[in-house]
Amino acid sequence: MTLLVSDSIAQRVQRLEIPFNSFGVDPYGISQKHLGLFFSLLDFFYHHYFSVGVTGLENVPARGRAMLVGNHCGGVAIDGAMVVASMFFEMDPPRLAEGMAEKFINRLPFTSLWSSRTGQFTGLPEHASRLLEDERLLMVFPEGARGTAKLYSERNSLVHFGSGFVRLAMKTRTPVIPFGFVGGGEAVPTIANSYTIGRLLGVPYIPITPYLIPAPLPVQLEITYGEPMTFAGTGAEEDEVILGHVEQVKARIAELIEAGRKRRRGKLSLDWRGATPPRPASSKEHA
Amino acid sequence: MRVLIPGITGQLGRMVATRLLEEGHEVIGIDRRPWPTAPAGIEMHNVDLQKRAAEDVFRKARPQAVIHMATVTHLVEQTEERYRINLGGTRVVFDNSRACGVEHVIFVGRHTYYGAGPESPLYHTEEDPPMAVSTFPELADLVAADLYACTALWRAPELCTTVLRMCYTLGPTGHGTLASFLRGPHVPYVLGFDPLFQFMHEQDVVTAICLALEKRIRGVYNVSGPQPVPLSLIIRAAGRVAVPLPEFVLRNALGRFGLPKLPRAALTHIKYPVVVDGAAFRAATGFKHAIDEAQAIREYRDAHPVPASRS
Repeated sequence: MTLLVSDSIAQRVQRLEIPFNSFGVDPYGISQKHLGLFFSLLDFFYHHYFSVGVTGLENVPARGRAMLVGNHCGGVAIDGAMVVASMFFEMDPPRLAEGMAEKFINRLPFTSLWSSRTGQFTGLPEHASRLLEDERLLMVFPEGARGTAKLYSERNSLVHFGSGFVRLAMKTRTPVIPFGFVGGGEAVPTIANSYTIGRLLGVPYIPITPYLIPAPLPVQLEITYGEPMTFAGTGAEEDEVILGHVEQVKARIAELIEAGRKRRRGKLSLDWRGATPPRPASSKEHA
Repeated sequence: MRVLIPGITGQLGRMVATRLLEEGHEVIGIDRRPWPTAPAGIEMHNVDLQKRAAEDVFRKARPQAVIHMATVTHLVEQTEERYRINLGGTRVVFDNSRACGVEHVIFVGRHTYYGAGPESPLYHTEEDPPMAVSTFPELADLVAADLYACTALWRAPELCTTVLRMCYTLGPTGHGTLASFLRGPHVPYVLGFDPLFQFMHEQDVVTAICLALEKRIRGVYNVSGPQPVPLSLIIRAAGRVAVPLPEFVLRNALGRFGLPKLPRAALTHIKYPVVVDGAAFRAATGFKHAIDEAQAIREYRDAHPVPASRS
């Protein structure tokens, strides 16, 4: 692919079950070349910078439509990047989690280009619905930008969930795979959000950390995937019915966050006692 | 079948006319522009579509079908003249068709009517509103002509009306907006953006129009061929040099330094994609493109090699 992309990553990109054309581009513009570079960067963060623990991968189907639904935290969407990395590096065959990104992303140069080339599209119902009908793996954060704006003290809490994802799951008969993400708040310990600087840069806000910039710290992260949840119906049900389903997913995610916190506490206490737990294998060993 | 083609002298009109003639149809053409090399079987009328003489052609020829291709798409035309031709001409086509007992009218439009923008869905279906009317004001008359044609679906129920929204054409004749944009040795695009472009080989475009006629489909249909491809990739595959320029530089450089002349609103179309879902047309007609995206670019490149650099 290029000198910057290892053979193992290039091979995993080739194994993605996506209909790339002779130019290495799929009908949505996802590009093998960009994926190779993107996952080379994620490889460093996933395997070397952060310690990422993942459980429950057996709950994610190897192929076919599914919706990964989880909590947002960590100011700069580290959670989304690590979920995408876990699907690529840990699944066999690898899967590409395609995200529903905030609308501002598509307005920004380079960000717009890279997000679309790597399968992260503007969060529109039309996109989500079409990707699911095409049997893709969708990643959704129903908290939206409100989720990443959580301060350090709120890092493991859940804010308001949108309900569109449940209606869509019902309409397209898609299983919801809940996941809990833990550690994002520690990676980017946000003490405040600057909405003024954000406006100047064309983004909703900029997280402010004790060391000012929102650069993430190399901390222990935990992703816990839960069992698939399916909801029967057409998606056109009354709000009360839909909100009931949303609450079920939210409660399940809260449980998965708690499970991840326990694992994280266990690993950190082991670290403090000097017995470092085995680090996740690198991509080279996985390929 | 007796088929009348207003706008026959355009590159696409000529190809459609020739194909229909080969398929055994009777072809009558109306165009202000002459077509001296028209095949012998085509009955040409060099008249203005909006003049009395064109009405006479409808009355005397008694066509069973009309393929309306007499819209001006060159953005350098004077706006008032374009409104006269595109809106007035479309009205005349439907009025004359109804008056002369035409059974089927096909309006050949463009996929760009949907408009481009950061919050537009990547794939547009026929239900999407044509947002180009606000995002690309220079296309307003074409959008209006398309919508006027759509009104015939309920205004003239005795007519079978087909509105086709075709994606860009690319092929050896070098005809069309995308082909013109790629003409020079250096092709600019907006730094940091690289939208998907959807195009069809010109012979597939002709096939699609002929299929719409043959199947006599009624309604609005997006017509697409192979999957879309990023602009920078098309530029390189066409043998050109892709020149990324910051948006403010490109905006001021268009039409100068050998760069293509484009209205400023066209910049949105080289920042964000306009891609259509052609599933309904494929389901209704069985259309399948014969030439893929790589071959279409190759044929364009071979027919239009990179112009020699001036230096």
